[in-house]
Amino acid sequence: MALNIVLAILVTSLATYISRFLGVITSKKIKETSKIFRWFNCLAYSTLSALLARIIIFPAGALAEVDYLTRFIVVFICLMMFLISKKNFVYPTVLSALLLAFLSSNF
Amino acid sequence: MVKIKYFLKGFISIKGADSPAIALFASFVAIGALFKNIGLNIQESIFSTLLTYALPGSLIMAESLIVGASLLNIFLAVWLVNARLYPMTISLFPLLTHKSQPRLKYYLACHFIAVSAWLIMKKNYKSVERKYRLDFWIGVGAANLLVAVSATAFGFFIAEYLNKDMTIGLAIVNPVYFICVMVGAMKTIQMSLAVILGSLFGIVFYFVSPEWCILLGGFTAGTFAFFIGESNGT
Repeated sequence: MALNIVLAILVTSLATYISRFLGVITSKKIKETSKIFRWFNCLAYSTLSALLARIIIFPAGALAEVDYLTRFIVVFICLMMFLISKKNFVYPTVLSALLLAFLSSNF
Repeated sequence: MVKIKYFLKGFISIKGADSPAIALFASFVAIGALFKNIGLNIQESIFSTLLTYALPGSLIMAESLIVGASLLNIFLAVWLVNARLYPMTISLFPLLTHKSQPRLKYYLACHFIAVSAWLIMKKNYKSVERKYRLDFWIGVGAANLLVAVSATAFGFFIAEYLNKDMTIGLAIVNPVYFICVMVGAMKTIQMSLAVILGSLFGIVFYFVSPEWCILLGGFTAGTFAFFIGESNGT
C-alpha cells in the first residue's frame, strides 16, 4: 500500500472516531430524561439536515456533475413519492437513482 | 462479552422494510468505484470503509487525495464534516447504558455510530431489555458495517462497468433516503423545526464558511428548535 494513502485513511478514521469517542465520554453524565438530552437530540437531527442540504445544494463528487435544478427536481419528486406511498422508503430511493441517471444521460 | 442472542437480534434488524440497507449499499458501491478510479487498491478501499465507516468523511478523503491536500487539511475537513457524530452519540448512548456493561465496550461500540445504524437503534431500543441494549446495538452496527464493506468491495470490482450516469444515480440514493427519514421524523414541533431550520441554516452558513456550515448551521438550528419546542411543550 502506498504510504500517503494509508496515512490519509488513518487520519480520516481518527478524525471521525474522535467525535464518536467524545460523544461517549459526554453521554456518561447525561440522563435520557434530561433537557440536555433533548437538546442534543435536536442537534443530531439539525446537523444531519444541514449535511443533507449541503449535499443536495452544494455537492461534492459525482453529484456535482448534474445541475442543481435537476437534483432539486429529483429530490422533490422522490419526497412526494414518499408522502404519497404512505412513507414507504423503498420506492423513493429506487426511483431517485433511476430518475437522476435518466435525466443526467438525456439532458 | 457480547450476549449472542441480542447481538443476532440486532444483526437481523437490518432486514426491515424501511431499512437503510439499500441506501447504504448503493452509496458505498459508489465509494468503492470512486476509490478504484482514484488509484486505491482493494485492501486500502476495504480498510478505509472498515476504519472510517462514515460516508461524507470518505468522500472528503477521496477528493483530498485527488488534489493532494496535506494530512492536517484532511484531518480538519473530515473532523468538521463528521462532527455530527458527536450529538448523534450523545442522543443515543444514554439509552444504552447499564451498570453491568464494561466501560471499554462503549468505546469500541461507538465506532458503529453512523446514521443508518443510529436510525435503526432509535426506532428499536424500547423493544430490548436495557441490560442487553448495548449487545443489540453491536449487532445492528456490525450488520451495517458488513453491508458497507461488502458494497465497497463490490463497487471496486464493478467500477469499470459503471458509467458516469450510473455513478450519479447511485450517489443520490443515500441523500434521498435520509431526506425521507428526516421528513418522517417531523412528528413534534421540536423535531420539525430541527429538520427544517437545520437545512435552511446549513445553506445560509455555507456562504459564511463552507467548512463550518454543517456544524454552525446545525448548532444554531438545533438550539432554536430546542428552545421553541420546550416553550411550546413539545
